[in-house]
Amino acid sequence: MAAPAKIFGALAEFRTTKELFHACEKVRDAGYKTWDAHSPFPVHGLEKAMGLSPSRVPWIVLVAGLTGASGGMLLQWWVSTTAYPLVISGKPLFSWQAFVPITFELGVLFGALGAVLGMLHLNKLPRYYNALFRSRRFDRVTDNRFFISIESRDPKFDAAQTMKFLESLGAMHVELVED
Amino acid sequence: MSYAHHAVELRSEQLRLPENHAWRRLPLIAAIVGGLGLAASAGLGVGQPKQFFFSYLVAFMFGLSFAIGGLFFVLIQFASRAAWSVVVRRVAENAAAAVPVFAVLFLPIAFGAHDLFHWSHAEAVAHDALLAGKSGYLNLPFFFIRAFFYFALWTFLSQWYLRRSLEQDRTGDKTITRRLQNASGPSIVVTALTMNFAAFDWLMSLDPHWYSTMFGVYYFAGCLIAIFAFLAIVTILMRRSGLLENIVTREHDHDLGKLLFGFTVFWTYIAFSQYFLIWYANIPEETVWYAHRMEGSWKTVSVFLMAGHFVIPFFYLMPRAVKRNRVALFAGASWMLLVHYVDIYWLAQPVLNHHGAHFSLLDGTTLLGVGGVFIAVFARFLARHALVPHRDPRLPESLRFENV
Repeated sequence: MAAPAKIFGALAEFRTTKELFHACEKVRDAGYKTWDAHSPFPVHGLEKAMGLSPSRVPWIVLVAGLTGASGGMLLQWWVSTTAYPLVISGKPLFSWQAFVPITFELGVLFGALGAVLGMLHLNKLPRYYNALFRSRRFDRVTDNRFFISIESRDPKFDAAQTMKFLESLGAMHVELVED
Repeated sequence: MSYAHHAVELRSEQLRLPENHAWRRLPLIAAIVGGLGLAASAGLGVGQPKQFFFSYLVAFMFGLSFAIGGLFFVLIQFASRAAWSVVVRRVAENAAAAVPVFAVLFLPIAFGAHDLFHWSHAEAVAHDALLAGKSGYLNLPFFFIRAFFYFALWTFLSQWYLRRSLEQDRTGDKTITRRLQNASGPSIVVTALTMNFAAFDWLMSLDPHWYSTMFGVYYFAGCLIAIFAFLAIVTILMRRSGLLENIVTREHDHDLGKLLFGFTVFWTYIAFSQYFLIWYANIPEETVWYAHRMEGSWKTVSVFLMAGHFVIPFFYLMPRAVKRNRVALFAGASWMLLVHYVDIYWLAQPVLNHHGAHFSLLDGTTLLGVGGVFIAVFARFLARHALVPHRDPRLPESLRFENV
């Protein structure tokens, strides 16, 4: 006996970016929180229509960059004054001027890595599977269709009502996706 | 560019300074301030010619950086076919077109060359192998010929770009944009080279034994900081008095702020690279330049520049919110102009006062004089010409520009 299938969420299909854009505004205004929009290409201004809060990536980059820069300076300070002190062209052991390029480069390197890894982490990537791939119609999200998915863990989610709501937004097709 | 953009229509009354608008009085006020500043400087300078010429040179190079920066700004916008900047381009064109004024303001420097430039003393050159070796370049006739040549080229370019842009205002001829684009590449090369050698001649040769091939780029970084801060300040003030409302928007502020931030970092990169190579090589004839600037109270000025020209603006201008807030951006841009002035002061004045910074009343009066004359001419152009190049084919894109 298979257990009754768990519902992942509702998936609505749209024909144009314009329909998607206005549907997003209505989903946002209806108070849904755990939902997403899917498009084959970036749609300018969609983050506003979806009511997304500003990205947290800049903060990750700032912290990572400062960590890299201070780590680079500390490493060079420790190496040149404690671990392996060497007098080079008569300059003091701690010659901060000579350490600036590496401090700068490590700041940039850590900042860049922080941007890539932070972005992946916030997007919950990489992952191998998403329940939406069960939908055959969803294949066209890389081609010429636009989708909105509202997940069942959203407190406002109710299978029948949410489907009706999505239909009222002008979706050409609405379905429930099993988990 | 937003999806839900709406077309912005320019109304004809938005295009020009309205009659009796307060900004129409600015040319006269600035000219009076400038005239009084120059008169006071001349009066104060009678007994202390050296102090007068050094203070004047600092004010001159500071003022000139706005006009040269404006010329670069216009050329770069055409070379990169930028659309976002069309709404602020006329302000930069007006600033660049003030360049001939500096040819006139250069006359005191020409008369004071003997007080400013050690290499102009024949008896000093005769006893100095280094100066004798450089005398083929550093001699007064060639110095004046070069200055004439720089001003001729800058005047020609800035006037040509402004005139063609005004012609497009009248005719709406789109081929003008193409011509200006085609000319922008070679014009950038010409402007960059002349500006480099002007910085060598007028600032670097104050200490004729010393040289740095990077010095021109250092002054270039200052020029661009000056124009970005100037554009932000002027357009914010104009919007406060009801001009350019809904034409220059928060999105353009944001871009000017980004460029100001970027060139603050660029200045630091150049300033540090110049210092770093000289510090590493440790050759006396090169390090002496920095040694003077680490002496007495000059050390305080040097540390102030590191903190004020890099560390503070680097963190202050970094957040998006600062660049998108008029008051915060205005404060940041004003601060950058202050440290830009201190930067030029720090380049020139240690040659006069080796042992420490010595602030003179002449520093203030010459700044008012040169600044007043520049603002007067700029404001006169602003009042005479349309406030935006309103028939530029990229204007609609600029009006509805949004940062992604």
